[in-house]
Amino acid sequence: MAKTTKSRFSLWKRKEGSAYAFLSMYAIAFIIFIVVPVVAAFFLSFTSFDTLQVPSFNGLTNYILLLTQDEVFMQYILPNTIKFALVVGPGGYLLSFFLAWVLAQLPKLPRTLYALILYSPSMTSGVAMAVVWLIVFSGDPNGYLNAFLMNANLISEPIQWLQSPQFLMTIMMVVTLWSSMGVGFLAMLAGILDINPEIYEAGYIDGIKNRLQEIIYITIPSMKPQMLFGAVMAIVGTFQAGAIGVMLSGSNPTPQYAGSLIVNHIEDYGFLRYEMGYAAAASVVLLLMVYGFSRLAIRLFTEKD
Amino acid sequence: MKPRKIKRFSSIANARINPKGFHPSQIKFHVLLLPLTLIMLLPILFIFSHAFKPLDELFAYPPRFFVSNPTFQNFIDLFAKMGNSGIPVTRYLFNSILITVLTVAATIIVSTTAAFALSKKRFKLKNVLFTINTLALMFVPIAVSIPRFLVIEKLDLIDNFLVHILPGLAMPVGLFLLKQFMDQIPDAMIEAAQMDGATDVQIYWKIILPLIKPAIATIAILAFQASWNNADTSAMYLNQESLKTFAYYLSTLTTTTTGNTVAGQGLAAASSLIMFLPNLIIFVVLQSQVMNTMSHSGIK
Repeated sequence: MAKTTKSRFSLWKRKEGSAYAFLSMYAIAFIIFIVVPVVAAFFLSFTSFDTLQVPSFNGLTNYILLLTQDEVFMQYILPNTIKFALVVGPGGYLLSFFLAWVLAQLPKLPRTLYALILYSPSMTSGVAMAVVWLIVFSGDPNGYLNAFLMNANLISEPIQWLQSPQFLMTIMMVVTLWSSMGVGFLAMLAGILDINPEIYEAGYIDGIKNRLQEIIYITIPSMKPQMLFGAVMAIVGTFQAGAIGVMLSGSNPTPQYAGSLIVNHIEDYGFLRYEMGYAAAASVVLLLMVYGFSRLAIRLFTEKD
Repeated sequence: MKPRKIKRFSSIANARINPKGFHPSQIKFHVLLLPLTLIMLLPILFIFSHAFKPLDELFAYPPRFFVSNPTFQNFIDLFAKMGNSGIPVTRYLFNSILITVLTVAATIIVSTTAAFALSKKRFKLKNVLFTINTLALMFVPIAVSIPRFLVIEKLDLIDNFLVHILPGLAMPVGLFLLKQFMDQIPDAMIEAAQMDGATDVQIYWKIILPLIKPAIATIAILAFQASWNNADTSAMYLNQESLKTFAYYLSTLTTTTTGNTVAGQGLAAASSLIMFLPNLIIFVVLQSQVMNTMSHSGIK
């Protein structure tokens, strides 16, 4: 018996061992820093945990509290997140696709130059950009936007752009859209350029009349895999960009919660109030939202056969 | 007669996708793109122009977008400056360069080996594992920052230099792009090498790696951007100033020093250019490789 298990193992080692050896480094890093945190978030979400004592099981309490008692969550965080996600996600995605399509109509040199400019904001998300935006939207008279509007006599007093609840969300969306031409944009551009020109010729013979029909009946169906990749990147990028409100306004929570998204709520409860179980429940809700939107994209762009 | 005919044909081709040359129908796209890209470009130009402004221009009222008397004073000040608790700025910069180089190298090794297994080896769980990785494309690291923190604490990585490198090693997008790119290498090539007695390590090293250079360049860029621009790791997991990164130093200039903005502005302007420039240079150098890789990026 022992002998057969041993020889079975050595057989397996000879057949598949090398594959697992090549996989091992990635697998270890993947399990420790992606799988374990996701699983841990799931389990912690059913507990009460303050980092000092052992987590104690409390069932669905966190979720019930989150959905029924947490006024801030229902009144500000969730609507903000949905609003931000709906504008920045599909908005950034459509913009990426449209610009990729326009770029594909140009010869290589101008196309490369434009693509470089459009991609450059997404290269250095975060810190370096904070410097620029904090100066542009600065609340004193020599902030660029204030100076420009006062010069044009549109306003008489400088506006505290980043501290005003009515402006913060819009500014967050503009800044995020500006930097949304990232990896997904490059993938879609490559996808459009790779379509076999003969398909277009066949399409014109079959009676396609204009560029719009061409996009709908030829371009998009021919590059569904890249469309899906771009969509997943857009969804992840949108939820990942959540920290921007805190970065711009300089405080968490943001002024009157105007720019607070789920991500900030998680950090607020996790790192400031040490209610880890509750924060984990919010994490799970966020992961489910990302997954739900991605499933939707997969349904839209997967070949049915 | 003949050349004109060819020209006419080529001009029809230039009115379509991926043209070889100019055609009047392209003008409308330039009309659309020029103003848009100029607006997109403004903040980037601003980083360049702002970094070279002398103090009086940094605080001029009304503010001027372009610098009129460019100076290197901000950079001189930056490098002469001691950061928080007496750490020179060059130390943050050195940390960032070292961390970025190590992270990019480690990411390339870890992801290419895994991609080799997923693309070219035969084993039972192959498709399951690749599906799991594709699912992980949807992973939003920021969502699980708390359990991640607990894991890193348990592994004793707090205040450990390795915390800059290890958590980002498994990059699902990187593995995904590499595997898709590797799939186009014909299996016959690898079988031929096996016939000649090549081991898996030799196949990986001598056949696969040279053929996937564009994909390697692409994940190198992604790993570079993730690592070079990372300020969060320093803020969350490190207490020792001497282990923190330049990106973190820049973030302290923009957030905490509201008290001394006058001194901070020039330093922040110079620092943001130093942060941005390597991103730009690396992408410009490698962009054609990236586009080559992206052709294989589709999720099927």
